[in-house]
Amino acid sequence: MPLSENLTFIVGILDAITSSAGYRVTANNFGYFLGGAGYTLFITATSVAMGMVLGLFAAFGRMSKNKILFGLSTAYVDFFRGTPLFVQIFLLYFGILPLIYDNDPLSSAIIALGVNSGAYIAEILRAGIQAIDKGQMEAARSLGMNERQAMVLVILPQAFKVVIPPLINEFITLLKDSSLVSAITVAELMHRGDLVFANTYQATWVFGTISIIYLVMTKTISMLGDYAERRLATE
Amino acid sequence: MIKIVDVYKSFGKLEVLKGINFSVAPREVVCVIGPSGSGKSTLLRCINQLEKVDRGHIYIDGEEVTNPKVDINAIRQQVGMVFQLFNLFPHKTTLENITMAPVKIKGVDKEQAVEQAMELLRKVGLVDKAHVYPNKLSGGQKQRVAIARALAMQPKVMLFDEPTSALDPEMVGEVLTVMKDLATEGMTMVVVTHEMGFAREVGDRVVFMDEGMIVEEGTPSQIFDNPQNPRTQSFLSKVLSF
Repeated sequence: MPLSENLTFIVGILDAITSSAGYRVTANNFGYFLGGAGYTLFITATSVAMGMVLGLFAAFGRMSKNKILFGLSTAYVDFFRGTPLFVQIFLLYFGILPLIYDNDPLSSAIIALGVNSGAYIAEILRAGIQAIDKGQMEAARSLGMNERQAMVLVILPQAFKVVIPPLINEFITLLKDSSLVSAITVAELMHRGDLVFANTYQATWVFGTISIIYLVMTKTISMLGDYAERRLATE
Repeated sequence: MIKIVDVYKSFGKLEVLKGINFSVAPREVVCVIGPSGSGKSTLLRCINQLEKVDRGHIYIDGEEVTNPKVDINAIRQQVGMVFQLFNLFPHKTTLENITMAPVKIKGVDKEQAVEQAMELLRKVGLVDKAHVYPNKLSGGQKQRVAIARALAMQPKVMLFDEPTSALDPEMVGEVLTVMKDLATEGMTMVVVTHEMGFAREVGDRVVFMDEGMIVEEGTPSQIFDNPQNPRTQSFLSKVLSF
């Protein structure tokens, strides 16, 4: 086939796509979806930050010789790892948080995802810290560091490197699971997809589009993880 | 400098130290020898309290380290320790390994710490390795850095826990040379070792331990040439038979 015929063929296909109803739905709502993705990123970032803080405390609690700290942190990890996130979101949004403050969907979503990820992050951090050879702690202590200095200067920086891959895993899971908060009307990506779908019935176009937006976000996170690993390499 | 009085230590049901008494004078080099499992390493680790004793007292420079109220971190700053497996910090360069403790704990000025670290690296012959990470060093080089790291805290005493046992044979010499120089400079040292040549040549005194007890001690020539206890004789005949 000569070149001009090829071009005509391709233009024909593109024309068929762009004149379809589904394409128009996606094109018209793309900015709206991106706004939802912004919410998704915001919810994920804030709940990851919260999960890291909770997780660090819970990890030390799980390694503590103090029975109360150990018991509390173990109960926390068991509960939030052992029950469905979807259930936790409803429990917190409709049940517990209204008792504490006049809760709105967005802050409830962040709290639910934060406490949930904290439980997983606790175990990731604990595994990372315990993976560091005990000779490292001994060497640090024998130089005269107290336990906190040894932890901060010697153990945690090494543990951090070990936990990057599982942490990235957790961040990706959390970003995807943030779609569950669409059920409590947070206007994040999945929720907006749902609304557009309900008005247009263009399931493949709408959910295909938001899938791709999710994929771009998760791929970005994994690339950041690869970058962090390269930065911390000691080769 | 170090005084150990009637020290007992058990791991579960296994009693590893059964009433140890001995002391180390300033500038003295004491080599502790004996079969595996005789309690030599545990004794060394009790001195800087990496292991807690069950009973007995240990004093360093007049301060009781076994007193639970003592500031053990302050004491450890004056007691350098070198481990069998080096335990260098893998996330830090050679130079950072050496400067970390002086800067972060003692509050030594960074520039001054670097200058001192370079001086120590010159002493152990590794100036050219200042900016590499430990995983690029050979075993012997790692151990020399570990010695420099301990010396950077300007300790009064150095403890060596089988410092050459994990090294390839051709690297043992370079580490022993550094230790020998240190002894010549007058450092007080307690060395747990299987290097009988080093114990004989560098040690002021040799302590033979077996089954958690000090069986015999004396000058190197007393222990190596004229051992009195049958257990010492039996041990030496095995390790010196080649």
